[in-house]
Amino acid sequence: MKGKKVFVIGAGMSSFGEHWSSSLRELIVDAAVKAIADSKIEGKDLQAIYGGCMASGQLTGQEHIGALIADYLGINPLPSTRLEAACASGSVALRNGIMAIASGFYDVVAVGGVEKMTEVSTELASTALGGAGDEEWELFNGATFPALYALMARRHMLEYGTTEEQMAMVAVKNHANGAKNPFAQYQKEITLKQVMESAYVASPLKLFDCSPLSDGAAAVILASEEFAKKICEKPVEFIASSQASDTIALANRKSFTSLKATQVASKEAFTQSGLKAKDIDVAEVHDCFTIAELMAMEDIGFCEKGKSGKFIEAGETKIGGSIPVNTSGGLKACGHPVGATGVKQVVELTWQLRGDANGRQVKGAEIGLTHNVGGSGATSVIHILKKAF
Amino acid sequence: MVQAISRIWRSIKQRYNLEGVHCEVCKESFFPKRTICPNCRRKGKLVDAKMPHTGKIYSYSLVYSAPAGFEYEVPYFVAIIELDNKVKIFSQVVDSEVDKVKIGAKVKAVFRRVQAGKEEDVIAYGYKFTVV
Ligand SMILES: [Zn+2]
Repeated sequence: MKGKKVFVIGAGMSSFGEHWSSSLRELIVDAAVKAIADSKIEGKDLQAIYGGCMASGQLTGQEHIGALIADYLGINPLPSTRLEAACASGSVALRNGIMAIASGFYDVVAVGGVEKMTEVSTELASTALGGAGDEEWELFNGATFPALYALMARRHMLEYGTTEEQMAMVAVKNHANGAKNPFAQYQKEITLKQVMESAYVASPLKLFDCSPLSDGAAAVILASEEFAKKICEKPVEFIASSQASDTIALANRKSFTSLKATQVASKEAFTQSGLKAKDIDVAEVHDCFTIAELMAMEDIGFCEKGKSGKFIEAGETKIGGSIPVNTSGGLKACGHPVGATGVKQVVELTWQLRGDANGRQVKGAEIGLTHNVGGSGATSVIHILKKAF
Repeated sequence: MVQAISRIWRSIKQRYNLEGVHCEVCKESFFPKRTICPNCRRKGKLVDAKMPHTGKIYSYSLVYSAPAGFEYEVPYFVAIIELDNKVKIFSQVVDSEVDKVKIGAKVKAVFRRVQAGKEEDVIAYGYKFTVV
Protein backbone atom coordinates (compact mmCIF):
# COMPACT_ATOMS: atom_id res chain seq x y z
CA MET A 1 0.00 0.00 0.00
CA LYS A 2 1.27 3.44 -0.92
CA GLY A 3 2.09 6.15 1.62
CA LYS A 4 2.70 5.94 5.37
CA LYS A 5 1.66 2.88 7.38
CA VAL A 6 -1.87 2.88 8.83
CA PHE A 7 -2.92 1.00 11.97
CA VAL A 8 -6.16 0.15 13.74
CA ILE A 9 -5.56 1.03 17.40
CA GLY A 10 -9.11 0.66 18.68
CA ALA A 11 -12.36 -1.03 17.67
CA GLY A 12 -15.91 -1.16 18.97
CA MET A 13 -19.50 -1.70 17.94
CA SER A 14 -23.02 -1.49 19.24
CA SER A 15 -24.93 -4.74 19.24
CA PHE A 16 -26.79 -5.17 15.92
CA GLY A 17 -30.53 -5.73 15.91
CA GLU A 18 -33.86 -3.98 16.21
CA HIS A 19 -33.02 -1.22 18.66
CA TRP A 20 -36.39 0.43 19.18
CA SER A 21 -35.13 2.24 22.27
CA SER A 22 -31.95 3.68 20.68
CA SER A 23 -31.71 6.54 18.19
CA LEU A 24 -29.27 6.86 15.28
CA ARG A 25 -27.08 9.24 17.28
CA GLU A 26 -27.09 6.99 20.36
CA LEU A 27 -25.98 4.00 18.30
CA ILE A 28 -23.00 5.74 16.68
CA VAL A 29 -21.95 7.37 19.97
CA ASP A 30 -22.08 3.95 21.67
CA ALA A 31 -19.80 2.41 19.01
CA ALA A 32 -17.44 5.39 18.88
CA VAL A 33 -17.02 5.60 22.65
CA LYS A 34 -16.20 1.87 22.77
CA ALA A 35 -13.59 2.30 20.01
CA ILE A 36 -12.05 5.34 21.71
CA ALA A 37 -11.92 3.56 25.08
CA ASP A 38 -10.39 0.48 23.42
CA SER A 39 -7.65 2.63 21.86
CA LYS A 40 -6.81 4.39 25.15
CA ILE A 41 -6.80 7.79 23.43
CA GLU A 42 -9.03 10.68 24.48
CA GLY A 43 -11.76 11.94 22.19
CA LYS A 44 -9.93 15.26 22.01
CA ASP A 45 -6.87 13.51 20.50
CA LEU A 46 -8.85 12.80 17.33
CA GLN A 47 -8.10 15.01 14.33
CA ALA A 48 -10.98 14.05 12.04
CA ILE A 49 -14.00 11.76 11.71
CA TYR A 50 -15.22 9.85 8.65
CA GLY A 51 -18.70 8.36 8.92
CA GLY A 52 -20.39 5.90 6.56
CA CYS A 53 -24.17 6.03 6.31
CA MET A 54 -26.36 5.16 3.38
CA ALA A 55 -29.91 6.35 3.76
CA SER A 56 -30.49 8.13 7.06
CA GLY A 57 -32.53 10.77 5.21
CA GLN A 58 -35.12 8.29 3.98
CA LEU A 59 -34.91 5.97 6.98
CA THR A 60 -34.98 8.54 9.79
CA GLY A 61 -35.25 11.99 8.17
CA GLN A 62 -31.80 12.99 9.47
CA GLU A 63 -29.01 14.08 7.10
CA HIS A 64 -25.71 15.80 7.95
CA ILE A 65 -24.51 12.80 9.90
CA GLY A 66 -20.88 13.96 10.00
CA ALA A 67 -21.67 16.99 12.10
CA LEU A 68 -24.15 15.03 14.22
CA ILE A 69 -21.47 12.50 15.21
CA ALA A 70 -18.89 15.13 16.23
CA ASP A 71 -21.54 17.05 18.13
CA TYR A 72 -22.87 14.10 20.11
CA LEU A 73 -19.38 12.79 20.85
CA GLY A 74 -18.77 16.21 22.39
CA ILE A 75 -15.75 16.88 20.19
CA ASN A 76 -16.76 19.91 18.12
CA PRO A 77 -15.20 21.65 16.17
CA LEU A 78 -13.49 18.58 14.70
CA PRO A 79 -13.85 18.15 10.90
CA SER A 80 -16.38 15.34 10.46
CA THR A 81 -17.58 14.03 7.10
CA ARG A 82 -20.20 11.53 5.96
CA LEU A 83 -19.50 9.23 3.01
CA GLU A 84 -22.04 7.24 1.04
CA ALA A 85 -21.70 4.28 -1.32
CA ALA A 86 -24.89 2.36 -0.53
CA CYS A 87 -24.10 -0.80 1.48
CA ALA A 88 -20.37 -0.09 1.03
CA SER A 89 -20.62 3.29 2.79
CA GLY A 90 -18.69 2.02 5.83
CA SER A 91 -15.81 0.79 3.69
CA VAL A 92 -15.52 3.99 1.67
CA ALA A 93 -15.46 5.93 4.95
CA LEU A 94 -12.63 3.63 6.03
CA ARG A 95 -10.72 4.23 2.82
CA ASN A 96 -10.94 7.97 3.38
CA GLY A 97 -9.64 7.59 6.92
CA ILE A 98 -6.85 5.32 5.70
CA MET A 99 -5.84 7.76 2.96
CA ALA A 100 -5.86 10.65 5.45
CA ILE A 101 -3.31 8.82 7.62
CA ALA A 102 -1.32 7.33 4.69
CA SER A 103 -0.91 10.78 3.17
CA GLY A 104 0.49 12.17 6.41
CA PHE A 105 -2.29 14.72 6.67
CA TYR A 106 -3.48 13.37 10.05
CA ASP A 107 -1.99 11.13 12.75
CA VAL A 108 -5.17 9.82 14.34
CA VAL A 109 -8.76 9.72 13.05
CA ALA A 110 -11.99 7.91 13.87
CA VAL A 111 -14.02 6.02 11.27
CA GLY A 112 -17.60 5.03 11.98
CA GLY A 113 -20.55 3.51 10.21
CA VAL A 114 -24.19 3.62 11.23
CA GLU A 115 -27.70 2.86 10.02
CA LYS A 116 -31.09 2.95 11.70
CA MET A 117 -33.45 0.90 9.54
CA THR A 118 -36.36 -0.25 11.67
CA GLU A 119 -38.19 3.04 12.06
CA VAL A 120 -40.01 2.81 8.72
CA SER A 121 -42.22 0.13 7.15
CA THR A 122 -40.56 -2.73 5.28
CA GLU A 123 -41.92 -1.24 2.01
CA LEU A 124 -40.31 2.15 2.65
CA ALA A 125 -37.04 0.50 3.73
CA SER A 126 -37.16 -1.51 0.51
CA THR A 127 -37.65 1.71 -1.48
CA ALA A 128 -34.77 3.43 0.34
CA LEU A 129 -32.45 0.47 -0.30
CA GLY A 130 -33.63 0.35 -3.92
CA GLY A 131 -31.77 3.60 -4.44
CA ALA A 132 -28.56 1.56 -4.19
CA GLY A 133 -29.40 0.23 -7.64
CA ASP A 134 -30.72 2.16 -10.63
CA GLU A 135 -33.65 4.09 -9.20
CA GLU A 136 -35.06 5.21 -12.57
CA TRP A 137 -34.71 1.94 -14.49
CA GLU A 138 -34.79 -0.83 -11.88
CA LEU A 139 -36.66 0.39 -8.79
CA PHE A 140 -39.19 2.28 -10.96
CA ASN A 141 -40.02 -1.01 -12.67
CA GLY A 142 -40.54 -3.01 -9.47
CA ALA A 143 -37.04 -4.19 -8.63
CA THR A 144 -36.09 -5.03 -5.07
CA PHE A 145 -32.62 -5.93 -3.83
CA PRO A 146 -33.52 -9.58 -3.25
CA ALA A 147 -34.86 -9.63 -6.83
CA LEU A 148 -31.60 -8.29 -8.32
CA TYR A 149 -29.55 -10.91 -6.48
CA ALA A 150 -32.17 -13.53 -7.40
CA LEU A 151 -31.52 -12.70 -11.07
CA MET A 152 -27.82 -13.36 -10.47
CA ALA A 153 -28.56 -16.55 -8.50
CA ARG A 154 -30.73 -17.91 -11.33
CA ARG A 155 -27.87 -17.42 -13.82
CA HIS A 156 -25.32 -18.98 -11.43
CA MET A 157 -27.60 -22.00 -11.07
CA LEU A 158 -27.98 -22.27 -14.86
CA GLU A 159 -24.33 -21.73 -15.77
CA TYR A 160 -22.63 -23.65 -12.95
CA GLY A 161 -25.25 -25.97 -11.49
CA THR A 162 -25.30 -24.18 -8.13
CA THR A 163 -28.28 -25.33 -6.04
CA GLU A 164 -30.68 -23.73 -3.59
CA GLU A 165 -29.32 -26.14 -0.94
CA GLN A 166 -25.78 -24.89 -1.48
CA MET A 167 -26.98 -21.30 -1.06
CA ALA A 168 -28.85 -22.35 2.09
CA MET A 169 -25.61 -23.78 3.51
CA VAL A 170 -24.18 -20.25 3.60
CA ALA A 171 -27.05 -19.16 5.88
CA VAL A 172 -26.61 -22.22 8.12
CA LYS A 173 -22.86 -21.57 8.48
CA ASN A 174 -23.25 -17.86 9.16
CA HIS A 175 -25.93 -18.47 11.77
CA ALA A 176 -23.65 -21.01 13.46
CA ASN A 177 -21.01 -18.25 13.66
CA GLY A 178 -23.52 -15.60 14.73
CA ALA A 179 -24.59 -17.86 17.58
CA LYS A 180 -21.09 -17.31 19.04
CA ASN A 181 -21.08 -13.52 18.58
CA PRO A 182 -22.62 -11.52 21.45
CA PHE A 183 -23.05 -8.51 19.11
CA ALA A 184 -25.01 -10.44 16.45
CA GLN A 185 -28.65 -9.79 15.63
CA TYR A 186 -29.39 -13.55 15.44
CA GLN A 187 -27.50 -15.57 18.01
CA LYS A 188 -29.04 -18.90 17.20
CA GLU A 189 -28.24 -21.74 14.87
CA ILE A 190 -30.60 -22.72 12.08
CA THR A 191 -30.93 -25.93 10.07
CA LEU A 192 -30.76 -26.51 6.33
CA LYS A 193 -34.40 -27.63 6.50
CA GLN A 194 -35.47 -24.33 8.11
CA VAL A 195 -33.79 -22.34 5.34
CA MET A 196 -35.21 -24.54 2.59
CA GLU A 197 -38.71 -24.32 4.06
CA SER A 198 -38.68 -20.55 4.53
CA ALA A 199 -40.92 -18.57 2.18
CA TYR A 200 -39.67 -17.16 -1.11
CA VAL A 201 -38.89 -13.43 -1.03
CA ALA A 202 -37.77 -13.31 -4.66
CA SER A 203 -37.37 -16.78 -6.15
CA PRO A 204 -34.99 -18.60 -5.93
CA LEU A 205 -34.07 -16.60 -2.79
CA LYS A 206 -35.97 -17.34 0.40
CA LEU A 207 -36.35 -15.37 3.60
CA PHE A 208 -33.37 -17.17 5.20
CA ASP A 209 -31.16 -16.40 2.18
CA CYS A 210 -31.52 -12.69 2.96
CA SER A 211 -29.79 -10.42 5.46
CA PRO A 212 -32.22 -8.60 7.76
CA LEU A 213 -33.07 -4.95 8.30
CA SER A 214 -30.95 -3.85 11.25
CA ASP A 215 -30.02 -0.98 13.51
CA GLY A 216 -26.41 -0.67 14.54
CA ALA A 217 -23.08 1.10 14.43
CA ALA A 218 -19.39 0.25 14.41
CA ALA A 219 -16.24 2.34 14.80
CA VAL A 220 -12.47 2.07 14.63
CA ILE A 221 -9.61 4.42 15.51
CA LEU A 222 -6.88 4.68 12.88
CA ALA A 223 -3.40 6.01 13.56
CA SER A 224 0.03 6.53 12.00
CA GLU A 225 2.96 4.31 13.00
CA GLU A 226 4.49 6.94 15.31
CA PHE A 227 1.19 7.47 17.11
CA ALA A 228 0.29 3.75 17.25
CA LYS A 229 3.70 2.79 18.69
CA LYS A 230 3.27 5.19 21.59
CA ILE A 231 -0.12 3.99 22.69
CA CYS A 232 -1.10 0.57 21.32
CA GLU A 233 0.07 -2.89 22.40
CA LYS A 234 -1.77 -4.85 19.74
CA PRO A 235 -1.98 -2.77 16.55
CA VAL A 236 -3.40 -4.22 13.35
CA GLU A 237 -2.07 -2.83 10.08
CA PHE A 238 -3.94 -2.09 6.86
CA ILE A 239 -1.81 -3.55 4.06
CA ALA A 240 -4.31 -3.01 1.23
CA SER A 241 -7.27 -0.76 0.52
CA SER A 242 -8.91 -0.93 -2.89
CA GLN A 243 -12.18 0.09 -4.46
CA ALA A 244 -13.76 -0.38 -7.88
CA SER A 245 -16.97 0.66 -9.60
CA ASP A 246 -19.27 -0.89 -12.19
CA THR A 247 -22.58 -0.10 -13.90
CA ILE A 248 -25.29 1.10 -11.52
CA ALA A 249 -27.83 -1.21 -13.21
CA LEU A 250 -27.43 -4.97 -13.21
CA ALA A 251 -28.86 -5.23 -16.76
CA ASN A 252 -25.89 -3.34 -18.22
CA ARG A 253 -23.34 -5.95 -17.10
CA LYS A 254 -21.86 -8.60 -19.37
CA SER A 255 -21.77 -11.28 -16.67
CA PHE A 256 -24.36 -11.92 -13.94
CA THR A 257 -22.38 -14.69 -12.26
CA SER A 258 -19.55 -12.53 -10.95
CA LEU A 259 -19.10 -8.97 -9.73
CA LYS A 260 -16.48 -7.34 -11.93
CA ALA A 261 -15.89 -4.61 -9.32
CA THR A 262 -14.99 -7.28 -6.74
CA GLN A 263 -12.63 -9.02 -9.16
CA VAL A 264 -10.89 -5.73 -9.98
CA ALA A 265 -10.69 -4.56 -6.34
CA SER A 266 -9.40 -7.97 -5.19
CA LYS A 267 -6.68 -8.05 -7.82
CA GLU A 268 -5.63 -4.54 -6.82
CA ALA A 269 -5.61 -5.45 -3.10
CA PHE A 270 -3.43 -8.51 -3.71
CA THR A 271 -1.03 -6.35 -5.77
CA GLN A 272 -0.86 -3.73 -2.99
CA SER A 273 -0.19 -6.32 -0.30
CA GLY A 274 1.99 -8.67 -2.35
CA LEU A 275 -0.22 -11.53 -1.15
CA LYS A 276 -2.40 -14.18 -2.79
CA ALA A 277 -5.87 -15.44 -1.85
CA LYS A 278 -4.33 -18.52 -0.21
CA ASP A 279 -2.39 -16.28 2.23
CA ILE A 280 -5.63 -15.03 3.84
CA ASP A 281 -6.43 -16.66 7.22
CA VAL A 282 -9.92 -15.23 7.82
CA ALA A 283 -12.37 -13.16 5.79
CA GLU A 284 -15.51 -11.09 6.29
CA VAL A 285 -17.37 -10.94 2.98
CA HIS A 286 -20.57 -9.27 1.79
CA ASP A 287 -23.30 -11.90 2.19
CA CYS A 288 -26.30 -9.58 1.80
CA PHE A 289 -27.78 -12.68 0.16
CA THR A 290 -26.37 -16.20 0.30
CA ILE A 291 -25.59 -16.16 -3.44
CA ALA A 292 -23.46 -13.05 -2.84
CA GLU A 293 -21.13 -14.96 -0.50
CA LEU A 294 -20.79 -17.78 -3.04
CA MET A 295 -19.95 -15.33 -5.84
CA ALA A 296 -17.47 -13.52 -3.55
CA MET A 297 -15.55 -16.78 -2.98
CA GLU A 298 -14.98 -16.99 -6.74
CA ASP A 299 -14.42 -13.29 -7.40
CA ILE A 300 -11.83 -12.89 -4.61
CA GLY A 301 -10.18 -16.13 -5.69
CA PHE A 302 -10.74 -18.38 -2.66
CA CYS A 303 -12.11 -20.99 -5.06
CA GLU A 304 -12.32 -21.49 -8.83
CA LYS A 305 -15.02 -19.81 -10.93
CA GLY A 306 -18.24 -21.81 -10.70
CA LYS A 307 -17.03 -24.01 -7.82
CA SER A 308 -18.35 -22.03 -4.84
CA GLY A 309 -21.30 -24.40 -4.35
CA LYS A 310 -18.96 -27.34 -3.85
CA PHE A 311 -16.67 -25.13 -1.74
CA ILE A 312 -19.34 -24.38 0.88
CA GLU A 313 -20.54 -27.99 0.73
CA ALA A 314 -17.03 -29.19 1.60
CA GLY A 315 -16.99 -26.97 4.71
CA GLU A 316 -13.96 -24.98 3.56
CA THR A 317 -15.40 -21.69 4.85
CA LYS A 318 -16.41 -22.88 8.34
CA ILE A 319 -14.34 -21.95 11.38
CA GLY A 320 -11.76 -24.74 11.24
CA GLY A 321 -11.94 -24.93 7.44
CA SER A 322 -9.22 -23.77 5.03
CA ILE A 323 -10.57 -20.18 4.90
CA PRO A 324 -13.12 -19.28 7.61
CA VAL A 325 -15.58 -16.76 6.19
CA ASN A 326 -17.89 -14.45 8.14
CA THR A 327 -16.93 -15.47 11.65
CA SER A 328 -19.06 -12.55 12.90
CA GLY A 329 -22.12 -14.22 11.42
CA GLY A 330 -21.83 -12.04 8.33
CA LEU A 331 -24.55 -9.71 7.17
CA LYS A 332 -26.93 -12.67 7.37
CA ALA A 333 -26.73 -13.42 11.10
CA CYS A 334 -24.77 -10.53 12.63
CA GLY A 335 -27.13 -8.14 10.83
CA HIS A 336 -26.75 -5.51 8.13
CA PRO A 337 -27.23 -1.91 9.25
CA VAL A 338 -25.96 -0.93 5.82
CA GLY A 339 -23.68 2.02 6.61
CA ALA A 340 -22.14 0.15 9.55
CA THR A 341 -21.33 -3.12 7.80
CA GLY A 342 -17.95 -2.25 6.23
CA VAL A 343 -16.66 -0.91 9.55
CA LYS A 344 -18.07 -3.88 11.48
CA GLN A 345 -16.11 -6.21 9.19
CA VAL A 346 -12.88 -4.48 10.26
CA VAL A 347 -13.93 -4.54 13.93
CA GLU A 348 -14.45 -8.33 13.67
CA LEU A 349 -11.09 -8.86 11.95
CA THR A 350 -9.31 -6.63 14.47
CA TRP A 351 -10.64 -8.92 17.21
CA GLN A 352 -9.69 -12.01 15.21
CA LEU A 353 -6.11 -10.82 14.56
CA ARG A 354 -5.64 -9.79 18.19
CA GLY A 355 -6.95 -13.16 19.35
CA ASP A 356 -9.96 -11.57 21.06
CA ALA A 357 -12.78 -13.31 19.15
CA ASN A 358 -13.94 -15.42 22.07
CA GLY A 359 -15.77 -18.60 21.08
CA ARG A 360 -15.28 -18.04 17.35
CA GLN A 361 -11.52 -17.38 17.23
CA VAL A 362 -9.68 -18.58 14.13
CA LYS A 363 -6.52 -20.11 15.57
CA GLY A 364 -3.31 -18.34 14.61
CA ALA A 365 -5.03 -15.83 12.32
CA GLU A 366 -2.51 -13.24 11.14
CA ILE A 367 -3.99 -11.90 7.92
CA GLY A 368 -7.62 -10.99 7.26
CA LEU A 369 -9.60 -9.68 4.29
CA THR A 370 -12.84 -7.69 4.15
CA HIS A 371 -15.13 -7.44 1.13
CA ASN A 372 -17.97 -4.90 1.10
CA VAL A 373 -20.32 -4.35 -1.83
CA GLY A 374 -22.54 -1.38 -2.67
CA GLY A 375 -25.80 -2.02 -4.49
CA SER A 376 -25.85 -4.97 -6.85
CA GLY A 377 -22.10 -4.60 -7.37
CA ALA A 378 -21.66 -1.02 -8.60
CA THR A 379 -19.14 -0.46 -5.78
CA SER A 380 -16.84 -3.05 -4.25
CA VAL A 381 -14.22 -2.42 -1.58
CA ILE A 382 -11.49 -4.77 -0.35
CA HIS A 383 -9.30 -4.26 2.71
CA ILE A 384 -6.50 -6.52 3.90
CA LEU A 385 -5.32 -6.35 7.51
CA LYS A 386 -2.28 -7.83 9.18
CA LYS A 387 -1.44 -8.54 12.81
CA ALA A 388 1.36 -6.07 13.65
CA PHE A 389 2.60 -7.13 17.11
CA MET B 1 -41.30 6.56 -5.29
CA VAL B 2 -43.94 8.93 -6.60
CA GLN B 3 -42.83 10.38 -9.91
CA ALA B 4 -42.77 14.14 -10.56
CA ILE B 5 -44.51 15.25 -13.77
CA SER B 6 -41.26 16.61 -15.27
CA ARG B 7 -39.64 13.28 -14.65
CA ILE B 8 -42.38 11.31 -16.35
CA TRP B 9 -42.46 13.75 -19.27
CA ARG B 10 -38.73 13.63 -19.98
CA SER B 11 -38.60 9.84 -20.07
CA ILE B 12 -41.73 9.29 -22.18
CA LYS B 13 -39.87 8.31 -25.36
CA GLN B 14 -37.72 5.87 -23.46
CA ARG B 15 -40.53 4.34 -21.43
CA TYR B 16 -43.18 4.33 -24.16
CA ASN B 17 -41.09 3.46 -27.23
CA LEU B 18 -38.01 1.77 -25.73
CA GLU B 19 -35.87 4.55 -27.19
CA GLY B 20 -32.21 4.23 -26.29
CA VAL B 21 -29.04 5.29 -28.06
CA HIS B 22 -26.68 3.79 -30.60
CA CYS B 23 -23.00 4.69 -30.95
CA GLU B 24 -22.07 5.16 -34.61
CA VAL B 25 -18.40 4.69 -33.79
CA CYS B 26 -18.31 1.39 -31.84
CA LYS B 27 -21.74 0.22 -33.11
CA GLU B 28 -22.98 -0.69 -29.62
CA SER B 29 -26.52 0.20 -28.47
CA PHE B 30 -27.48 1.27 -24.96
CA PHE B 31 -30.67 1.34 -22.93
CA PRO B 32 -31.48 3.47 -21.01
CA LYS B 33 -30.05 6.51 -22.76
CA ARG B 34 -26.57 7.72 -21.98
CA THR B 35 -25.01 10.98 -23.06
CA ILE B 36 -21.49 9.51 -23.27
CA CYS B 37 -20.53 6.20 -24.90
CA PRO B 38 -18.71 4.17 -22.21
CA ASN B 39 -16.54 2.54 -24.90
CA CYS B 40 -15.54 5.63 -26.93
CA ARG B 41 -16.29 8.44 -24.47
CA ARG B 42 -15.82 11.84 -26.20
CA LYS B 43 -14.85 10.19 -29.51
CA GLY B 44 -18.17 8.34 -29.67
CA LYS B 45 -21.23 9.55 -31.55
CA LEU B 46 -24.51 8.64 -29.88
CA VAL B 47 -27.78 8.92 -31.80
CA ASP B 48 -31.29 8.12 -30.58
CA ALA B 49 -32.30 4.58 -31.50
CA LYS B 50 -35.45 2.56 -30.94
CA MET B 51 -34.70 -0.78 -29.33
CA PRO B 52 -36.32 -3.94 -30.75
CA HIS B 53 -39.56 -4.79 -28.90
CA THR B 54 -38.84 -8.50 -28.87
CA GLY B 55 -36.26 -10.63 -27.14
CA LYS B 56 -35.90 -13.49 -24.68
CA ILE B 57 -35.72 -13.95 -20.92
CA TYR B 58 -32.09 -13.94 -19.71
CA SER B 59 -32.96 -14.36 -16.01
CA TYR B 60 -36.11 -14.01 -13.90
CA SER B 61 -37.50 -13.97 -10.36
CA LEU B 62 -40.95 -14.11 -8.82
CA VAL B 63 -41.11 -11.26 -6.29
CA TYR B 64 -43.18 -11.73 -3.11
CA SER B 65 -41.94 -8.78 -1.07
CA ALA B 66 -42.40 -5.46 -2.86
CA PRO B 67 -41.19 -1.87 -2.52
CA ALA B 68 -43.65 0.99 -1.98
CA GLY B 69 -45.93 1.38 -5.03
CA PHE B 70 -45.94 -2.36 -5.84
CA GLU B 71 -47.45 -3.74 -2.62
CA TYR B 72 -50.71 -4.70 -4.32
CA GLU B 73 -49.09 -6.55 -7.22
CA VAL B 74 -47.30 -9.36 -5.38
CA PRO B 75 -46.35 -11.89 -6.43
CA TYR B 76 -45.06 -10.53 -9.74
CA PHE B 77 -42.36 -11.59 -12.18
CA VAL B 78 -39.33 -9.46 -12.89
CA ALA B 79 -36.77 -10.39 -15.50
CA ILE B 80 -33.75 -9.35 -17.44
CA ILE B 81 -34.78 -9.37 -21.08
CA GLU B 82 -32.12 -9.79 -23.73
CA LEU B 83 -33.52 -7.86 -26.68
CA ASP B 84 -32.92 -9.04 -30.25
CA ASN B 85 -30.03 -6.54 -30.56
CA LYS B 86 -28.38 -8.08 -27.42
CA VAL B 87 -29.16 -5.07 -25.21
CA LYS B 88 -30.37 -6.25 -21.79
CA ILE B 89 -33.11 -4.47 -19.85
CA PHE B 90 -34.85 -4.95 -16.52
CA SER B 91 -38.64 -5.31 -16.70
CA GLN B 92 -41.69 -6.90 -15.17
CA VAL B 93 -43.14 -9.87 -17.05
CA VAL B 94 -46.94 -9.86 -17.06
CA ASP B 95 -49.95 -11.64 -18.57
CA SER B 96 -47.96 -14.85 -18.96
CA GLU B 97 -48.62 -18.39 -17.76
CA VAL B 98 -46.46 -19.04 -14.72
CA ASP B 99 -44.73 -22.13 -16.11
CA LYS B 100 -43.93 -20.37 -19.40
CA VAL B 101 -41.78 -17.75 -17.62
CA LYS B 102 -38.31 -19.28 -17.87
CA ILE B 103 -34.84 -18.55 -19.18
CA GLY B 104 -34.87 -18.51 -22.99
CA ALA B 105 -38.63 -17.84 -23.32
CA LYS B 106 -39.47 -15.44 -26.19
CA VAL B 107 -41.10 -12.19 -25.06
CA LYS B 108 -42.45 -8.96 -26.52
CA ALA B 109 -42.89 -5.49 -25.04
CA VAL B 110 -46.36 -4.31 -23.97
CA PHE B 111 -47.50 -0.92 -22.70
CA ARG B 112 -48.85 -0.84 -19.14
CA ARG B 113 -49.40 1.28 -16.06
CA VAL B 114 -46.23 0.67 -14.02
CA GLN B 115 -46.91 1.85 -10.48
CA ALA B 116 -50.23 1.75 -8.66
CA GLY B 117 -49.69 4.78 -6.42
CA LYS B 118 -52.36 6.72 -4.56
CA GLU B 119 -55.32 8.37 -6.27
CA GLU B 120 -53.78 11.85 -6.29
CA ASP B 121 -50.44 10.65 -7.74
CA VAL B 122 -49.52 11.05 -11.40
CA ILE B 123 -49.96 7.65 -13.01
CA ALA B 124 -46.71 6.34 -14.48
CA TYR B 125 -46.91 4.25 -17.65
CA GLY B 126 -44.18 2.28 -19.36
CA TYR B 127 -43.04 -1.04 -20.83
CA LYS B 128 -43.53 -4.50 -19.44
CA PHE B 129 -42.94 -7.77 -21.29
CA THR B 130 -45.13 -10.75 -21.97
CA VAL B 131 -44.26 -14.28 -23.07
CA VAL B 132 -45.27 -14.91 -26.72
ZN1 LIG C 1 -18.96 3.99 -28.80
